[in-house]
Order: sequence, then C-alpha cells, then structure tokens
Amino acid sequence: MTATNLDRAENASAAIRQNVWRPPELSLRFWPVFLRNLLVWRKLAIPSLVGNIAEPLMWLVAFGYGMGALVGQVTVGSAGQSVKVPYILFLASGSICMSAMQAASFEALYSAFSRMHVQKTWDGIMNAPVRLDDIVLAEMLWAAFKSLFTVTAILAVMLVLGISYSPKLLVAWPVLLGVGVTFSCIALIFNALAKGYDFFTYYFTLFLTPMMFLSGIFFPLEQLPAVVRTISSWLPLTNAVELVRPLFMDQWPEHPWRHLGVLAAFAVVSFWVALALTRKRFRG
Amino acid sequence: MLFSADRLTKRYGETTVVDDVSFQIAPGECLGVIGPNGAGKTTTIRMCLGLSTPDRGRISYFTKPGSAASVLSMPQDALTIKAQLGVVSQMDTLDPDFSCAENLLVYGRYFGMKDAQIRARIPELLEFASLTHKARAKPGELSGGMKRRLSLARALVNDPRLLLLDEPTTGLDPQARHLMWERLQLLLQQGKSILLTTHFMDEAERLCSRLLVLDHGKKIAEGTPRDLIAQHLEPDVVEVYGVGAVALMDSPVKQLASRVELSGETVFFYTQDARAVLDALASQPQLRTLHRPANLEDLFLKLTGRQIREDG
Repeated sequence: MTATNLDRAENASAAIRQNVWRPPELSLRFWPVFLRNLLVWRKLAIPSLVGNIAEPLMWLVAFGYGMGALVGQVTVGSAGQSVKVPYILFLASGSICMSAMQAASFEALYSAFSRMHVQKTWDGIMNAPVRLDDIVLAEMLWAAFKSLFTVTAILAVMLVLGISYSPKLLVAWPVLLGVGVTFSCIALIFNALAKGYDFFTYYFTLFLTPMMFLSGIFFPLEQLPAVVRTISSWLPLTNAVELVRPLFMDQWPEHPWRHLGVLAAFAVVSFWVALALTRKRFRG
Repeated sequence: MLFSADRLTKRYGETTVVDDVSFQIAPGECLGVIGPNGAGKTTTIRMCLGLSTPDRGRISYFTKPGSAASVLSMPQDALTIKAQLGVVSQMDTLDPDFSCAENLLVYGRYFGMKDAQIRARIPELLEFASLTHKARAKPGELSGGMKRRLSLARALVNDPRLLLLDEPTTGLDPQARHLMWERLQLLLQQGKSILLTTHFMDEAERLCSRLLVLDHGKKIAEGTPRDLIAQHLEPDVVEVYGVGAVALMDSPVKQLASRVELSGETVFFYTQDARAVLDALASQPQLRTLHRPANLEDLFLKLTGRQIREDG
C-alpha cells in the first residue's frame, strides 16, 4: 500500500472505532467487574435482602388476601381454555415479574449510576485493560443477578405460604432471570442519559408504574379497551407475565416463543442502544 | 524509546484543546507536563490512555525499547498497552466499600491476575505506600495523602513499566507531598518511567528529567529544567516590595535589569548582574528586597503570562 492508501485505511478504521453504534465488543474481561459488585454486595446482602423482598411481600399479602377475599376467583386465559384461579395466585404470578423488573431497574439505575458517575469506579476500571463495553455488560448481568436473587427469595416465601406448588416453577425461575436481563438492558439506556438521580424518578413514575397497570398484574387484561390491549401485548412486562403465570398454574404458556421473542428483542436492542449512549457519554 | 506521542491534535467542536503536540519518553525517564489550567494536560493523558481518540497524530508504545518490530499503538492495542501501564488520575477512583487490601485485590483482577499472585504482592504494595497499618481501613477513613498513596500502590499492582500521573500531589500537605516525591523517586531508581502533570514547579524541578510546557494546547517549550531556565531567563531575580516599590517602574533603576515585571505590589528585576540593582536600591531603605536565582516558576510565568485563567 502507498502512504496515502495507508492513511486512508487508517482514517477509515479510526472512523469505525469512533462510531458509537459499532457492534458491542464483549469479552470475558467483564468477569472481574461482576465479581467486584458481588464482593461489595456480599457485605450488605442481608440488610439489602430485607429491603428488597419486604415490600413486594407486604403488597402480596395485603392485596392478595385482602382483595382476594372480595374478588374470589379470576378467570385466566382465552375463551378456548379459560381457567378460574384464586386471586392470590393470579396476583403472585404477576407481581413476581414486577419484582424482577423493579429489582433489575433499581440496580441498573441508582446503583450503576453511583458507580459510573458519583464514585467514578468505571473510570478507575477503564485505566486497567478493561473495555467500557465489558463494564456495561458486567453491570447488566449484575443487575439481572440481583433481580434473580430477589425473585428467588420471594419464590421461597411463596412456597412457604403455599401459593403454588407447581413443578413448573423450576422453569419460571430461569424465565425470571431473562425478565431481569431485559429490564436491566432497558434501564441502562436511562443510566447512560442521566445527569443525576432525579432523572430516574421520571423513569419509574412515567414508564414502569403505568406499565405495571397495563400488564395484567393486578387485573386481567380483558378488562382493558381493545386499543390499550394491543399496546399492552407489546410491553415487555405483559410478555413476562404471559410466560410466568401459566407456569405458576402448572400449565405451559400458550405462545412461549412469541413472548420470549419480544423479551429477547427488547433486551438485545436496548443493550445496543444503552452501550452506544454510554460510549457517547464517555467519549471525549 | 518506551513511549512516543507524535503530532497529537484534539478538537472539541471549534476549540482545539491539544494542537500538534509531540513528545517521547525513554525508559527510566520522568517527563513532566506543565501548563496553566485548560492547557490540554489532562486531554493529552486521556489520549495516551486511549480514553480519548486524537483527531490527528499517533501514539506508540514500544514493548522492547529500541526495536521497531515491537510497536503497539493507541487506541487499537489499548488493552495490551494498558496491561503495562499504571495510572493515577486527578480524582481518586478508589472503591469506598473496600478496605485498602481489597482495593488492591479487586484492581489486580482487572489485569487478569490470579488472586494468589495479587495477594502475594499486597504486603509490599501497602508497605510501599506506608499503609501497612491501614490494610483493613476503608478509603473514607484515610487522609488525603494516604488515599493518593493507595491510588499509587493500586497503579503498581501490575508492575507497570510506565506510570501516568495526573497531578498526583494536588491538595496534599507538605509532609504528604514530600513522602509522595520520595516514593516516586524510588520508582524512578527502580527503572520505571513516569509521565507526570503538575502545577507545582518545585515538584517538576525535583522529579522530572525533562519538561514539556503546554499552553492553549500547544507545546511552547521542552527541555531539562536547568536548560530551560538558562535558555529563557536571566540568572538572577531581585524582587522588590514595600512603600514606593511600584514607583520603581518609572525610575532609572529599571535600566539596570534586562527585564522588569510588575505583579500586584511587587516588582521583579530579571538581570545578569544583581549587584548593580541591589546597590541602586540601597538608597531606599524602606524597600524590601529578595535576591534569588531564577527558577522554574519564573520560567512558567514568563512563558504563560501572569494573568489568571478563566477556570484558575
């Protein structure tokens, strides 16, 4: 190659390297970063566990048994194979998805932001041979792991309360990990955009809270107008509930691949967007 | 040669923050980068680390000094290069939830080191940072000087060949600063190379074998501290202050010095012959005088001016 060609090739590869939308460059170097978060959490695990599961359980017990007494049974499923289930089972199977969502979101927003922006932990890590891409991956998996931990604790209490003994709960468990992954990926987009903690309040109140009411957690979706139901069917939380609820009732979901596909699509697209926006934030 | 930066340029929008800057670092050498706030020091370091991509220029790292076959470049080979670098950034990035020893352990893992390998190094690193008695303390319980030394120890966990230190002693008291200098001198004796940015001219004079003066993103001077002073300044300085000092600016005494500057209420005479100036001033006993050799601070002020920078 001549000198100019070499220059041109170099400029072209530099342009690719500077493009924040280039494909993720992931490697096993994410692992020490994940391990770092695990080590911090180990010191605070028990108090944080109490905080993580106390609130969802209070909701479940108060609402499930209180409202359950008024509501009695709820009809689940389409006309063909509708089943009547106790309200507490209906609520428990939906609210565990909500807990997975909230635990993952909280960790990928408030905690990741503290490490990224306030403590400058990420800057310290990037002075070592670890890429930003791997740090974002570690944060995503870490938030999903924490969410799984919360979910496991809540599942254990639900077993003790005898809400469901379905053997398919063993399948629900990895599905809930997937729910955690999806919501970690989405939350990391907002982490990348945040100027301060206040920003996350908007995410919770304008995005997550409405979704909770539109995803069939507290009442069947059949109660909603048709237009809203169409929107609802594309929400990640609705798809999570559609997967997990039948498993609580010892049944298989009607359209498992469709729901898994929606969750996976949300996860992949969100992770890529989150990574691009985080690269942009750190580019200087 | 261990490290070279060749014609680095970095722009943010319309502003050029680093403008055609080149420098090299030899093994065992300490290169100091000095310049006012906003001169481009931190951006230069960030480019050397691959955290910021230069708009033009080349950054090379030589794994075998002197051999052209072993050249790595930023940012393509960032991870391989960073495995051989140690970094202390301007702001501490220590993990507040970990003890000193845990901070070192966790950081070593980022370099792919095995736990056993890191644990074997921790006692000597703590010893080096004079923090052996604080092994179990968290950064929040440490003084400013201790935190900086822990940051330095952390940067040494991978036994780097080149250290990049961005204002390592800013905000430290004199005792802590002297201890830091002593440690850095020890590292230089061990054959490590250092790239150091600083605002303190005594620090630059004490540690650096060569200096780079940056202003408005441009390299405006380069050389050993002694050479730079000899090249740009008269050997002697007479500072005069007290009642009537300012009036000297209009007096014939001015003719005795090759350069005279007024800063606040103090007049600076830069001269080849301090005796003549001092004799002429003897007739005005109310004036207070200080006769001293020209130093790096004089050089810095001559090259970059005495006015305060916007963010200074």
